[in-house]
Amino acid sequence: MSFNTFQEFLAMGGHGLYVWLCYGVGLAVLVGNYLVAGQARRHTLRQLAQRQRREALRQKEVNGSKRES
Amino acid sequence: MMNWTFFHKLGSPRWFYDFATRWQPWLLWLSLLCLSTGVVWGLAFAPEDYQQGNSFRIIYLHVPTAILAQSCYLMMAAAGLVGLVWRMKMADVFIAAAAPVGASVTFLALFTGAVWGKPTWGTWWVWDARLTAMLVLLFLYCGLIALRSALEDRDLVAKASAILVLVGSVNIPIIKYSVEWWNTLHQPATFKLTEKPAMPPEMWVPLLIMVVGIYCYFTVLVFMRMRTEIMVRERRTRWVRQLVNEATATGGH
Repeated sequence: MSFNTFQEFLAMGGHGLYVWLCYGVGLAVLVGNYLVAGQARRHTLRQLAQRQRREALRQKEVNGSKRES
Repeated sequence: MMNWTFFHKLGSPRWFYDFATRWQPWLLWLSLLCLSTGVVWGLAFAPEDYQQGNSFRIIYLHVPTAILAQSCYLMMAAAGLVGLVWRMKMADVFIAAAAPVGASVTFLALFTGAVWGKPTWGTWWVWDARLTAMLVLLFLYCGLIALRSALEDRDLVAKASAILVLVGSVNIPIIKYSVEWWNTLHQPATFKLTEKPAMPPEMWVPLLIMVVGIYCYFTVLVFMRMRTEIMVRERRTRWVRQLVNEATATGGH
């Protein structure tokens, strides 16, 4: 451990602002990337599922009208 | 005789989708392990630099992101070449997935560099060769993303992005050698393959762990995005239809 107290660790020898700003933004960007990718995946899944349901419905209608005529 | 089986499998969206699905959780755990170990070691246990004091700890984020920013671009250039020469569709899937991740990593390298520059050089930014070339890299990433969203036709997008990344890759050796060719505030590379590092192991081991961690994390993000992209492109195939059915039935992943 290169710090004696937690306060010293936070202060980073006077460079605390710079160090913590970097790691804060770094964490935000890295986590943000994961959340965005997960969101995109769920969104795509929802859209594709909707499209499949629509197609199945249309198929049913076509089959139904064939039977009537 | 070279074995091309792997290359052919890599070209199959379905094979790649399953491969990525299988490896993604392991890579995520490995990356979290490496990144948390590296951050704690680098922030709390590594000795402070005798010149820069504690601001040097920014290195554990700055160097890994800067390395990845450049090698991500090179990977895209390699994929672009493969896409142009062999018409491999998966190459463009990779470029589509890697571009936004590469852009954000480049942003991080620039941002941490600027914040590190303030206490070390007394300024956030100078227009010197290394910094400017890195900014150009960020613009190249942004240009690629803009180009991809502006064009509709998928084949055209693939061709145009492949050409753009290949032309833009000229910038990578400029970034690398900028610290040797021009006078610069920026220090030369921390790691060289041919020499022993100038730092003590307590300083560079956590850095190496961070580099491994960020590469694994990058792979996880690219796998996630590639899988989504494959789903969209292969939406008419039976296996993706089945996949969508199962995923919506279980409510998610």
